[in-house]
Amino acid sequence: METTIGLLGNGYAIVCADQNAARSIVCFKKDEDKIMKLDDFKLLGQSGVGADNVAFTEYVQKNVALYKINNGLSLSTKATNNFIRGDLATALRKGPYQTNLLLGGFDKGVGASLYYIDYMASSNKVNFGCHGYGSNFVLSILDREWTEGLDEAAGLDIINKCIAELQTRFLIHMPKFLIKIVDKDGIRVLEQNPPVLLQGQ
Amino acid sequence: MARRYDRNVTTFSPEGRLHQVEYAVEAINNAGTAVGLLATDGVVMAGEKQKVTKLLEPPKSSEKIYKLDDHVACVVAGLTADANILINEARVASQRYTYQYGEAIPVEQLVEKVCNHKQLYTQYGGQRPFGVKFLFAGYDDHFGYQLYLSDPSGNYSGWKATCMGQNANSGQSLLKNEYDETMDAAACVKLSLKVLNKTMESLSAESIDLFALKRKDDGSLVHTVYPHDVVTKLLDEVKAEQEAADAEKEKLAVSS
Repeated sequence: METTIGLLGNGYAIVCADQNAARSIVCFKKDEDKIMKLDDFKLLGQSGVGADNVAFTEYVQKNVALYKINNGLSLSTKATNNFIRGDLATALRKGPYQTNLLLGGFDKGVGASLYYIDYMASSNKVNFGCHGYGSNFVLSILDREWTEGLDEAAGLDIINKCIAELQTRFLIHMPKFLIKIVDKDGIRVLEQNPPVLLQGQ
Repeated sequence: MARRYDRNVTTFSPEGRLHQVEYAVEAINNAGTAVGLLATDGVVMAGEKQKVTKLLEPPKSSEKIYKLDDHVACVVAGLTADANILINEARVASQRYTYQYGEAIPVEQLVEKVCNHKQLYTQYGGQRPFGVKFLFAGYDDHFGYQLYLSDPSGNYSGWKATCMGQNANSGQSLLKNEYDETMDAAACVKLSLKVLNKTMESLSAESIDLFALKRKDDGSLVHTVYPHDVVTKLLDEVKAEQEAADAEKEKLAVSS
């Protein structure tokens, strides 16, 4: 019932998520932030069961912080992805976290990267990705529009097209989306540009 | 009464010292010398092998130098049996890190892991400390080439060039005079042999292990244990240079 979208561009990664907090047929609030800041250069977009999302992403965030205190070095995005995947795989055989993630990060010498991780602990390095029912609408747009080396405006344009499509055709109403970008300067939170509604609706 | 403070590793003496730990350090000062140097394009280490009878089957691999992971190796001074335990520990720790994070462990973290293990035996009773010093040579993306020296006490320190074991002090003073940060691996190899030539009574290619860790352009790391004939050749060159330098010095002394 939730949608998270990730996109990798030239020197940056975008993670975008709807802001509904809902369960069953009830929507509790429409300004939930589902994109966790892990450290100054890492974003973790989440979708799944509310409590599991919070419990697991906070656990990851605290472990990333602990690593930095213990070792004086920050975990790379790749290492963070591997850590998350490993812990989800361990949890899978106990009482799995129902949480699907998109990890976007920027590392010196490596550049921006985006990882797609689901609750079954599969993990892939991707150029774009989407979790939730929304992916039925969004993936085709990303497939058609994504190219190598997108600049920031072009990347945001694609994200806005995805949001427009969701708000036009998707049964579940998602009035607000949050967009976060990570690049060499750190993390920025963007206001959702008012999407242009599709014609002939 | 002084014996009271010798028996149990974990008891401080009235002077505030841990005798057993100090004895462990002392034991290593009689072990074969080992030297390590940071070069601009690698790390070089060399170690003196224990003298053994010719009846003994020569070991299949180096008995002084051990590969811990693709990016870390170490030289041992002290009790080899103790070292094997710690080397195993280090190898497991390194692989465990790679399993968890999908990346190679930063060199200092690995050194710290080994040293934490050593420290335990200076505090918990009933067992003696590890009688081993290590020189770790490694490379990681965070700090490039690195060289660390670790003690039986659990202390470790980073070095540009250092020496441990028998006559370590005279080796150290030679390094102080002749080591230069701009030296490349080839120059460091020669200096390491020169150090061993000074600290050992009779230096021969059979009695030393020579090692270099270098990074290739594609990012992979190469561990090289120099073959016997290469060491012989290098050793001859170093000895010839040394003799030439000595002769020069003598000439100067005579003329002045």
